[in-house]
Amino acid sequence: MQVSLFITCYNDTLFPGTGKAVVQVLERLGHTVVFPAGQTCCGQMHWNTGYQEEALPLVARFVSQFKDAEAVVIPSSSCVAMMREHYVKMAVLTGDKQLLADVEALLPRVWEFSEFLTKKLGLTDVGAYFPHRVTYHASCHGLRSLELGDGPAKLLRNVRGIQLVELKGLEQCCGFGGTFAVKNAEVSSAMLGEKVQAILNTQAELCTACDNSCLMHIEGALHRQRTGVKTMHLAEVLAGSEGDAQ
Amino acid sequence: MSLITFDPARVPSFQVAAKGLLGDTQMRKNVRHATTVIQNKRAIVVDEMPDWQQLRESGRQIKEHTLKHLDFYLQQFEENCTKAGGVVHWARDAAEAREIVIDLVRESGSKEVIKIKSMTTEEISLNKGLEAAGIHAYETDLAELIIQMGNDLPSHIVVPALHKNRQQIREIFMREMNLPDLGEKPADLAEAARTFLREKFLRVKTGVSGANFLIAETGGVCVVESEGNGRMCLTLPETLITIAGVEKVIPRYQDLEVFAQLLPRSATGERMNPYTSIWTGVHPTDGPRTFHVILMDNARTKILADQESRQTLACIRCGACQNICPVYRQTGGHAYGSVYAGPIGAILTPQLQEMHSGKSLPYASSLCGACYEVCPVKINIPEVLIHLRHKVVEQDTEGFGALNPEALAMKAMAMLFTSERRFRAAQRMGRMAERPLVNKAGWVTWLPGLLGGWTQVRDLHEMPKQTFREWFEQREANDGK
Amino acid sequence: MANSVAARTEILRRICVATGPVADQAAIEAEWRGIDREYKKVKSVDHEGLLHQLEDRLRDYDAGVYRSTSDGIPTLVRKILTERGKKTMAVPSGIPAEWLPAGVTFVEDTRGDVSVIDSCDGVLTSATLAIAETGTIVLQDAPGQGRRAVTLLPDYHLCLLDAANIVQTVPEGIALLQPTAHLATTFFSGPSATADIEMTRIKGVHGPRFVDVILIVA
Repeated sequence: MQVSLFITCYNDTLFPGTGKAVVQVLERLGHTVVFPAGQTCCGQMHWNTGYQEEALPLVARFVSQFKDAEAVVIPSSSCVAMMREHYVKMAVLTGDKQLLADVEALLPRVWEFSEFLTKKLGLTDVGAYFPHRVTYHASCHGLRSLELGDGPAKLLRNVRGIQLVELKGLEQCCGFGGTFAVKNAEVSSAMLGEKVQAILNTQAELCTACDNSCLMHIEGALHRQRTGVKTMHLAEVLAGSEGDAQ
Repeated sequence: MSLITFDPARVPSFQVAAKGLLGDTQMRKNVRHATTVIQNKRAIVVDEMPDWQQLRESGRQIKEHTLKHLDFYLQQFEENCTKAGGVVHWARDAAEAREIVIDLVRESGSKEVIKIKSMTTEEISLNKGLEAAGIHAYETDLAELIIQMGNDLPSHIVVPALHKNRQQIREIFMREMNLPDLGEKPADLAEAARTFLREKFLRVKTGVSGANFLIAETGGVCVVESEGNGRMCLTLPETLITIAGVEKVIPRYQDLEVFAQLLPRSATGERMNPYTSIWTGVHPTDGPRTFHVILMDNARTKILADQESRQTLACIRCGACQNICPVYRQTGGHAYGSVYAGPIGAILTPQLQEMHSGKSLPYASSLCGACYEVCPVKINIPEVLIHLRHKVVEQDTEGFGALNPEALAMKAMAMLFTSERRFRAAQRMGRMAERPLVNKAGWVTWLPGLLGGWTQVRDLHEMPKQTFREWFEQREANDGK
Repeated sequence: MANSVAARTEILRRICVATGPVADQAAIEAEWRGIDREYKKVKSVDHEGLLHQLEDRLRDYDAGVYRSTSDGIPTLVRKILTERGKKTMAVPSGIPAEWLPAGVTFVEDTRGDVSVIDSCDGVLTSATLAIAETGTIVLQDAPGQGRRAVTLLPDYHLCLLDAANIVQTVPEGIALLQPTAHLATTFFSGPSATADIEMTRIKGVHGPRFVDVILIVA
């Protein structure tokens, strides 16, 4: 299959390793990956913060970049949730009937990375090797909007060498919430405190999830508190193989 | 309800209020404990219902249908309630509602009233209004009694004194009830309240209540409670005055079969609450001789008119959203500066204020969606929050407001996203700009301006040397060779 | 109240603006009938199962639970009241005389001053129906059940219910109550309770703290 990758604005800039890992895993599975260069952002930050007019042009941009894609894979459940929950409404707001038709035609071909593996490809074993003690945090958008269910956990369980420990309260929000993390930094931190405590209680070496937004926020505190615990996107865990220098 | 009320024009923003409250160790412990207990209770009685999702969908549809035909059902209720001997009044806003209550209490010949807990009466600051008119209101709900005696404010829709523990309550009772000695066990405290209030129930001639449901088909009114003070106030006084928001009406008696299942399981994690009372008009030998219902608007029709947020009015005041909310769990209810706190408060309060105040509340959320998941009538709270944020931004960017720092930053970011060239340039510039902020270990521990909130409590890893797209393009170029 | 007319007109006008013109009644009724109701509506256990479920629920609420045939009622009533130490009991009008044993004083509530009720040790009534799934007993203003105050003021309530009137689900209960929907109705599920103090459930703030139920079986 030819997979078109939408890397997301923040992964592109801050977490290129996640993109590399996605490419690695998909190629390992025998697929080719293309990267439409004009892509930027899905518009979530603007839309969710109330700046709707600024977000609208990004729908058309996304469509123009990915219109003919066989499959679009996105390593960020919040961006996929954004599209599934709001893009149709946004297209209606632009008044562009063609855009609306294009969005409705494209959305069924858009996948979050882990659900692409489990639901589209029907796989739970992607041939990964990652000999570490890991715990998994269920990002809110993945859990509630995309209903990823136990897909990510299944993928993780099949990683050779992994020691997967369940996170208590894994379904509780980490407190990132986009601009909430900055506009309500204190409360965001209080929520993060409980998440960090739960992670430390698992004695895991690292915490993984399907969203680097959560992980960036979680790692920010894990590092500030010098816990020595790291975070890593699910794709990077799945990209692990025997030859890796750990 | 005490005489202190939330003044929407003067309460601090959520951010400011939360900051102070996060330091209240006692409150945080109480709130964490209480919300955990009730979350677990709810989960048990919901998990045992194989038709829970079907009930939620029916609840949603009944409310949606009712709101669509609200005038029809209100008039039907009025007709049937009047036929049964009730008197129906209409109030356009809080002031009018208070005025009607005061007039009716005076008419009843009483200078005191006994009250059942009613968020609606809190919303309109009724007790304060009554006091100003020389009428004393006795709260009879245990939590409301605690709040009233402690000169405090409610912090939760269903468990208003959730932020208080037994020691604090004991102190309040000893002081206000003149008890030289009082045990600390919850049972002792309840016994003290029982004795204190019984005297009021048997003496005071006029009662004031809210309503959970107004049944259009029969003209009946339904009140759901646990303690029995509701039954006391509804049956013993000579005159009963019930005040209800217009959204409380439901079409038919049969619809109770849905809400009687959704409400107790969602609110207190019980299969059924201890007491539910339904009465229709008046009866010569049972209950009050005179019964008044006040149907109140107070900005509800404005919410009704907004298609995207109309669903706010479906709320049956169960409080499940507050109990599950990870934000509420940290801050408690007072941070929301309103009698309606938590997720429902974040959308209802600003709308009841017609967006004049409470504008920080739609942002008091990480949009995690847990509230939507537990709402028994499927109010899509995250969707309404986003809609209200848009309204706030529209207001705030009018005229010179468009030059506020956040709006400018957002406009700048938008420009980056609408051009590949500008986006790449910004990525390069970002790496350059951050260089002075990166420490030797490769981390940023301080960011200026609007982003400062991040580094207040978190570190930030330095930007990678190469963006993903740069890596991908380089790889393609290498492969090409 | 003159104001109320103006307020009424204004509120209805606002609603009309918000929701469009009033549809006709037939259309509204049809739409109401179209509401999806795929939740459970009928019982899924047999009668003995229902009795067990109700008894379990009542015991969860710390209620005393008994079974009796009609003939056995007075003996059982005397036994229970003796154990509870109750000497005077209020009764609403309409209680069958053959239910009441000797040795206990029964005072009929004539719906005058409530002090009559207060002066008794407890109250004895029948009930309309019970919902097993939730452990709920329903009282209405009907013979044998009385006005609402009579089951509210006493500290002790002895309730006799015909086991044939037990249903499993809330919808079944509501359906049975539909013909008498206009009567004052009280659902009680356990004694009064509050969780207002530290979320600890405490029994008995107002209303009977002690409840015994006799299920009358054939």
